[in-house]
Amino acid sequence: MTTAKTNSLTGAAPRVQRSPLTEALLNRRLWLGILGWTVALLIFFPIFWMVLTGFKTEAEAIAEPSLIFSPTLDSYAEVQSRAGYAKFAINSVVVAFGSTLLALLIAIPAAYSMAFLPTKRTKGTLLWMLSTKMLPPVGVLVPIYLLFRDVGLLDTRTGLIIVYTLMNLPIVVWMLYTFFKDMPKDILEAGRMDGAGTLQEVLYLLLPLTLPGIASTGLLSVILSWNEAFWSLNLTSSQAAPLTAYIASFSSPEGLFWAKLSAASTMAIAPILVFGWLTQKQMVRGLTFGAVK
Amino acid sequence: MNKTRTSGRTIGGFRTLSLQAPAVSLLFLWMIVPLAMTVWFSLQRYNLLMPGMTGFAGLENYEYLFTDPALWSAMGTTLLMVGWVLAITVVGGTLLAVLFQQEFMGQGIARVLAISPFFVMPTVSALVWKNMMMHPANGVLSWVAELFGLPAVDWFSSLPLTSIIIIVSWQWLPFALLILLTAMQSLDEDQVEAARMDGAGPIAIFFFITLPHLKRAISVVIMIEMIFLLTIFAEIFVTTSGGPGLATTNLAYLIYIRALLDFDVGMASAGGVVAIILANIVAIFLVRMVAKNLEN
Repeated sequence: MTTAKTNSLTGAAPRVQRSPLTEALLNRRLWLGILGWTVALLIFFPIFWMVLTGFKTEAEAIAEPSLIFSPTLDSYAEVQSRAGYAKFAINSVVVAFGSTLLALLIAIPAAYSMAFLPTKRTKGTLLWMLSTKMLPPVGVLVPIYLLFRDVGLLDTRTGLIIVYTLMNLPIVVWMLYTFFKDMPKDILEAGRMDGAGTLQEVLYLLLPLTLPGIASTGLLSVILSWNEAFWSLNLTSSQAAPLTAYIASFSSPEGLFWAKLSAASTMAIAPILVFGWLTQKQMVRGLTFGAVK
Repeated sequence: MNKTRTSGRTIGGFRTLSLQAPAVSLLFLWMIVPLAMTVWFSLQRYNLLMPGMTGFAGLENYEYLFTDPALWSAMGTTLLMVGWVLAITVVGGTLLAVLFQQEFMGQGIARVLAISPFFVMPTVSALVWKNMMMHPANGVLSWVAELFGLPAVDWFSSLPLTSIIIIVSWQWLPFALLILLTAMQSLDEDQVEAARMDGAGPIAIFFFITLPHLKRAISVVIMIEMIFLLTIFAEIFVTTSGGPGLATTNLAYLIYIRALLDFDVGMASAGGVVAIILANIVAIFLVRMVAKNLEN
């Protein structure tokens, strides 16, 4: 893209000398680059600084901000071995992936029927699902807390998985619905002609063909569950607490170790940051329910 | 088998129902049970610390709630937070989207860096800002202030609400950027080119072509952000715990205090009902907008 445009412009200008227009344009691009990178680095700076601090010693971490230090993995080792990081990480993984799998399992049949066997009510159902997302969690915190206490789901992974599944279900249905709808119908028809039943149709045609869509839907759901903080802080304490709650425990004055906090935080966000970069396009579709293209 | 397929509709309709049943019924329960309980509790005398005091309270909880200055303070804080963060992220996001739409070296990587904060879990971003950016003695911001010979700011005690707004804006600016950048990609390049030929400057192009094109995306950003910003919790929980005093207590945090710190279920539920009503006013507009989009 870039080279093509530049070439056509320089090509249009006389060979011997660059026209003032080209000159200005080249300059403009240079300045845009400087401006763009400055802004991007400023926005990214807190993350960069956190990653950097994770490689410092505690003494260096709270000293004058500095870029010069000898990197050490001590904080990482300590967070791993002493602070029980692994337990929280496992909780995060189990809860995020468990709720995602469950949501996909419930959503795939629903999205399939909505996309391929639409009725008059389909649009209404989709919109109604969206409206359940609008219920603010604080509004229903008390009853969920009491219900969970009474049935023994407080501070359990199962409890969090249930909440996150329901929290993400509307988004997952919506995204799958749009992916399924984009799939050419002829392929499914051909399959039916060859005598495939519904189950075979779904298992051997629909799922393999829409796998990229299902994968990005799943990733989005993992990201949202992984980063969710309201329910994890209020429904878990020690046993089922995921990384969001673990990191929050650093906010107490006695937990203030910057290097360890940074190391733990870096480990907590690294996988999700990568997932986020990979799914940014689908993220837009999922988060705006397809209202922005 | 073949017969069911060809005479499809009714049987198809039946099958549709059975396939959607798990999703629909679960979401229905998830919505209606807690909602009904919240409304019910809000009409009860129910404090976990005073098990003896129970029974129907009528509108008593609401009466206490609405005469409690904390509610109005929390409402004001909520509105200030939502308003400022929206203003910062929408204006900033639009400008950034225009910037990152331009071609420059490494634009793709710069873009990815700029949207990154959105993927950072809220408890992490709150702690990083609190300790490493805004710390009065050793934070990066006070270090920068000192470089310029300015006094260091004790962010969370002297500017608590501003500090929260900065942190939340940092998280949501990338969201606005991400959505608006996507919307920019459907901007008609020929139209821009034509306008340029006609002698329109960049500012005119921005106001007469880009901005109108982004109108829908901007309204979606506002609606979605509003729904999330109305219930900001983790950032407050981790940094100021609602203080000093009530300076950073929004509606969400107030309900949390009443419910899980004071154990006043009745009062917290009344607050919950207020939060639900507020969110629904916002939600009606969003659902309408999406519904309109579905028609196309």
